[in-house]
Amino acid sequence: MSLSFFDQFTSPCLLGIPLILLSMLFPALLLPSQSNRWVNNRLSTLQSWFLHLITKQLMIPLNKKGHKWALILTSLMMLLLTINLLGLLPYTFTPTTQLSMNMAFALPLWLATLLTGLRNQPSISLGHLLPEGTPTLLIPALIMIETTSLLIRPLALGVRLTANLTAGHLLIQLISTATTALLPIMPAASALTTLILLLLTILELAVAMIQAYVFVLLLSLYLQENI
Amino acid sequence: GPLSERRLMDVRLGELPAWLATCDLSPQGLLGGVQKAWRSYYDKYINVRRGGPAGISMLLAGYCLLSYGWNYQHISKISFLVSA
Repeated sequence: MSLSFFDQFTSPCLLGIPLILLSMLFPALLLPSQSNRWVNNRLSTLQSWFLHLITKQLMIPLNKKGHKWALILTSLMMLLLTINLLGLLPYTFTPTTQLSMNMAFALPLWLATLLTGLRNQPSISLGHLLPEGTPTLLIPALIMIETTSLLIRPLALGVRLTANLTAGHLLIQLISTATTALLPIMPAASALTTLILLLLTILELAVAMIQAYVFVLLLSLYLQENI
Repeated sequence: GPLSERRLMDVRLGELPAWLATCDLSPQGLLGGVQKAWRSYYDKYINVRRGGPAGISMLLAGYCLLSYGWNYQHISKISFLVSA
């Protein structure tokens, strides 16, 4: 049975039991829970510092009502970050390569921001559909364009995350296959490919972190418009 | 002490079936066992005054091994087709 390159993205299954829930719950182990000590261990201190940093970063542009979203946005950020970074370890499965999971994150949260805006300040939310200073003749076309761009936001959020991670993992697999295939034939080319693999791994580390950040940042931007 | 109260490390090999019979195998019991195991690992390697990368690295290495085990059946069927 030959293996295609997409087999790494199949949901893991052991004796018919889907393991995706376990791979999603594992990051919870890495994030230590609260303790009642004044000075914690180094891992907890590091995590608290990091959590404080991203909460500050996300919450500064929001007004007081938006601060109710602090818990969900910060925990989403931590989840995506840990899942993405854990996926770079060998043999692990990355749940965020599944479009279904990313859409399950993006659609409800985007819809929540939209409905919050439409419920609390309907005219301001609808006003975002028309940028200031547009020529009168262009207004109908622009409203349609802006509505389309509004409705496509959850799809864009989900697909952006999925595509970035899937493409990265696929590239890593392809280049490492090339490296092992070239090794008996032309070791010099194999060494060059190993260098490319190293650079790609550094890029993937960056992409994993940036994509998680971008997901949550865009959600907070959509929230800013609507709250 | 009595068999049911001893920890697994103190139980002799011959007494293992008897010890297994005394322990609580209900879902709550198993969950409690998992929680205790995690707590003892966490308190021994991570929740220390001057911890380093070792505590988390062992956890991540264990996760890699576990994932390898989960995927073994799938990976073992690779035939390295290298067209020369």
